[in-house]
Amino acid sequence: MEAAAAPVRTIRVRGVTPGWALGALAFLAVAFVVGVVAGPVDIGVGDVLRSLGEKLGIPGVTSPLDATHESILWDLRVPRVLLAALVGGMLAVAGATYQGVFHNPLADPYLLGVAAGAGLGATLAIAYLPHALEGRQVLPFAAFAGAAVAVVLAYGIGRAAGRERDSATLVLAGVTVASFFTALQTFVQQQNTETLQEVTSWILGSLPNTGWSDVAVLAPYVLLATAVIVAMRRVVDVLSLGDLEAASLGVDVRRTRLALVVAATVGTAAAVAVCGLIAFVGIIVPHAIRLVVGTSYRGLLPLSFVVGAGFLILADVVARTALAPAEVPIGVITALFGAPFFAFVLRTRGGRA
Amino acid sequence: MSAIALDGVTVRLGGRPVVREVTAQVECGEWVALIGPNGAGKTTLLRAIAGLLPYEGHVSLFERPAADLERRERARLLAVVPQEPQTPPWLTVAEYALMGRTPHLGPLAREGAADRDAAARALDRLGLEPFAERALGTLSGGERQRVVVARALAQEAPIVLLDEPTAALDIGHQQQALELLDALRSADGLTLVAAMHDLTLAAQYADRVLLLAEGRIVADGAPADVLTESALAEHYGASVRVVTLDDRIAVLPSRGS
Repeated sequence: MEAAAAPVRTIRVRGVTPGWALGALAFLAVAFVVGVVAGPVDIGVGDVLRSLGEKLGIPGVTSPLDATHESILWDLRVPRVLLAALVGGMLAVAGATYQGVFHNPLADPYLLGVAAGAGLGATLAIAYLPHALEGRQVLPFAAFAGAAVAVVLAYGIGRAAGRERDSATLVLAGVTVASFFTALQTFVQQQNTETLQEVTSWILGSLPNTGWSDVAVLAPYVLLATAVIVAMRRVVDVLSLGDLEAASLGVDVRRTRLALVVAATVGTAAAVAVCGLIAFVGIIVPHAIRLVVGTSYRGLLPLSFVVGAGFLILADVVARTALAPAEVPIGVITALFGAPFFAFVLRTRGGRA
Repeated sequence: MSAIALDGVTVRLGGRPVVREVTAQVECGEWVALIGPNGAGKTTLLRAIAGLLPYEGHVSLFERPAADLERRERARLLAVVPQEPQTPPWLTVAEYALMGRTPHLGPLAREGAADRDAAARALDRLGLEPFAERALGTLSGGERQRVVVARALAQEAPIVLLDEPTAALDIGHQQQALELLDALRSADGLTLVAAMHDLTLAAQYADRVLLLAEGRIVADGAPADVLTESALAEHYGASVRVVTLDDRIAVLPSRGS
């Protein structure tokens, strides 16, 4: 390089550094193994690997497990761990997305009434459609419809009331819709005391033991929503400069924000429909990553998915083993362990962010 | 050729006209200072020129109607340095400067080597290369201001609108920032329109001064012609003396004797 021409050293953009990417993937892998191995029936890591080898058709590898254990492994534990990963990853990515597009560090799926709408939809289904819980066919759609209605309402009110491009108005509209829907839901619950218990357990969140069917239902929504959001991760950084500055850089702020909110909401509603309201993942995971790694959205969004997935797998392990054979609602675990962990991160690393 | 031409531009905020019937031209390579008392409509006019607010009347950039320009096309012609820029503390200086490339990129804002080079050049010209990996949250006010200018430079737009670019800086950093802008203007042939509060700095750096009062342009001309004691008394309600310093004028507040 000639010194005279002084070609400027080009800049590096961190995004996800290889070190943090490997760290996050290793965390997910460890969580996955723990999730598959943990449980009342003893299945070792070696057994799991050899069983996987046989499934993949690796010559010379045969599973040491009998049919019962094979079934426990492949029909119960693996789908449950995958479900936890999909839900955790989705909630974390959606939370980070809401925080970016609304410039609000407290934004999560509860904002914009997504969770409250899904809760109302599910409660109506449980109260008035007696077979909803048996087949688990109607519940997701009811929750999904409730979430969609809530977001459309929040968006409509926010746009009608607010000055153009004002994201704070949208947040206020979301909070308004959320409290109205929560009140409606409580009212419906009170009118149907016999279903109170079912609704309550759904609201606290729990992963169903339904094998592959829920994974199959949820995966397309989560993967599509996450793909859209991660593809747009650089634009989320531009939006984090505020609506006016993003617009002055040639970004169509309203359309971009709408696309991101729709993706995050569709994914969240699908996750909430399957697993109920799992609190705190959408706030804790992105903020913990930001405090530890200190990264822009281009790094934060992909990392959130991976770390959120691992986090919820581990939370689910605690939920099903702590008081075995009884199951603690996973929403209780995420808040019970998430809050102190987050307080610790905030205290020790807060000064760096 | 005129870089910016305004013809009867009116902007209403909440139904109230904040900018009224503004007609003005800015020539290529000119530095025009936009002055006027608080609430005169300086920021609103800048936002209308940048297409960030709906307006009545016509705005042309390089003799093309701004209304016909696609968003990114407009952002490639015109960069904005806002009064209070958002600087998310977790972004690095390099990442922030790179965002200036957004109008040159596709809808997913995926940058290439050429864009990283453009951002690096902008940082280099502002002496910010050593800061490239620093987080914005760790910078001082003066450093942050330079980073925002670097983002505007990386945008490589021939027009730069600045809203009180030196409001948060001390007198030394104010002069450094304005000297820097002037040097960049000569080197790149930039056209600068800056809303400025400090009338002395406006007089010393701008080629031309537009005085805005209650949304209208009430004076337009060379600094010495616009910044008169009587005009400032009338529109600012200010008691000042205008003096000449090294062939340029300075505006001094005076309590009278």
